[in-house]
Amino acid sequence: MTEQPSPSVADAGSRGPAMLRAHSPAVSAARARRWGAFYYAEQVLRVMKSYGWTIVMYGVGQPVAYLFAMGVGLATLVDTNSGTAFGGVSYLAFIAPALLISAAVMTAANEFTFPVMDGFKWRRVYYGPHASPLTPEQIAAGHIMAVTLRFLLQSAIYFAVVALFGASPSGWGWVSVLVATLAGLSFGLPLMAYAASIKEDKGQFAMVMRFIVTPLFLFSGTFFPLDSLPLVVRWIGWISPIWHGTELGRVFSYGYDESPLLTILHIVFLVGLAVAGWMLTKRQFVRRLGQ
Amino acid sequence: MSNEELSRNQSSSQTQGDQMQYVITAENLTKTYGDVTAVDGISFSVPAGEAFGLLGPNGAGKSTTMKMIGGVSQRTSGSLSIMGLDPESHGPEVRAHLGVVPQQDNLDEELRVRDNLLVYGRYFGLPMSYLRPKADELLEFAQLTDKAKSKVDALSGGMKRRLTIARSLINEPRILLLDEPTTGLDPQARHILWDRLFRLKEQGVTLILTTHYMDEAEQLCDRLIVVDKGRIMAEGSPASLIREYSTREVLELRFGSERNATIGAELEGIGERLETLPDRVLIYAHDGEAALEQVSARGLRPVTSLVRRSSLEDVFLRLTGRSLVD
Repeated sequence: MTEQPSPSVADAGSRGPAMLRAHSPAVSAARARRWGAFYYAEQVLRVMKSYGWTIVMYGVGQPVAYLFAMGVGLATLVDTNSGTAFGGVSYLAFIAPALLISAAVMTAANEFTFPVMDGFKWRRVYYGPHASPLTPEQIAAGHIMAVTLRFLLQSAIYFAVVALFGASPSGWGWVSVLVATLAGLSFGLPLMAYAASIKEDKGQFAMVMRFIVTPLFLFSGTFFPLDSLPLVVRWIGWISPIWHGTELGRVFSYGYDESPLLTILHIVFLVGLAVAGWMLTKRQFVRRLGQ
Repeated sequence: MSNEELSRNQSSSQTQGDQMQYVITAENLTKTYGDVTAVDGISFSVPAGEAFGLLGPNGAGKSTTMKMIGGVSQRTSGSLSIMGLDPESHGPEVRAHLGVVPQQDNLDEELRVRDNLLVYGRYFGLPMSYLRPKADELLEFAQLTDKAKSKVDALSGGMKRRLTIARSLINEPRILLLDEPTTGLDPQARHILWDRLFRLKEQGVTLILTTHYMDEAEQLCDRLIVVDKGRIMAEGSPASLIREYSTREVLELRFGSERNATIGAELEGIGERLETLPDRVLIYAHDGEAALEQVSARGLRPVTSLVRRSSLEDVFLRLTGRSLVD
């Protein structure tokens, strides 16, 4: 991507050696067809850089606060003697994967809502690249790629803090960084499709935060095992990317003992939801930008 | 890389073909949204290097036509060819040829002025080694060099518009689409923009522009079409349209709002055509002064009278009517 187009002889003569010519439209189109999603991801990352400090603070500050408050503070009240309740590990180790996954899902709830609305309606940022050789699918994909990178970075920081707290006993704990990223996409992509369909902002995103993200956070086996809840609310966990992600994270971070079938189910559920969300998002972007 | 070389060769051999006579050809171009027909079977061709205008009232179908030319909106029927390519099947290839200035600015407000140009250039796969000096050159062209490091939201409306134009030039397009480029700008900003657009025209860039400023169309357009309700009402150069649809001069008379309506009968026969408006009466005549003398000879004493040259505005209003379009 860094090769220099050779300046034509005429230009070099008439307008000085600094003058370069753009490559031909055919080359632009060929490159955009191939790398378009990456080009748009680059734009989103540049915009993220302008609030990069927030991202880092969120990445470091949130786990430190939660791990202290819950894993250290609340843990003194939790009966750690009942060895089986938390899979035989400390309360801190029990909730660490849940917090990691939840943080990614909450980031998804931000990155796949307001910026999407900004793209279509407020500042119409998607319409700039839409007039370039990029396609609507590539714009959606680029946005997703950049956010995925943020998930990875943020989860890696989170995991590093968890590891410093000694809350990830297994050597496979780092896999939960990938699990958190997957959970973020699994929750975020269907939400992105929804955000792309909204024409008028009537506070829908605040409702999503209050009535979807918060209940999922509380009832996904986050602070206590899901089966300690009555069946009436247990289903919330079953349909929650946070629960599926958290259970997977526990398998990797402390060898949580669950049936391999269940482990596979978690992965299938998360991947399935993410793929469905991507298909819907793609359709919505093509439809809306092509109007 | 070999693929790219190949396509580069293809495109240069294409330029020698007869397809390049017209850079844009539209035939029976139609676009409907549900029951609404926004563009109703229009046909036109634009040769390379021409400044081609689409004039029309709000809702006439100008922007819809621009979107179809820009390869971002699919037509309902008819055919369209940009540089010999169908934007429906070759969207990225068509868009790679174009520079686009949309009606509403959609700059990256969080990014700095110069970064807006760099990021946009990346969408065309242009390398940084090209983009850095090009961005500086375009900032100079848009008179924004000392704003290079500013955030976009700190710019005035005119500056944002110039930045949008600079951005549209990052890939050195040979066709520039401008959708109401100067709407909302003050006279100074408009004149600066016109000057920049005129320079691009001198460099051989084909300009396709929509506007509802008649002076803008007269200043910039070699040829234009007047569009109303999705159809072409007239086509030609500004001068030929004035010749065809208006007279050389117009005599404007004010008799006071009460008398304007009734005076028509008394002015019958003066000039070639008479139009009675609530606030004044217009007499279209080859010689305005002579018409005014005839008015005086009939003993009529207008409160004010004005003789002026006919303008594109007269043509426009005659063709698209005077009722308000919202």
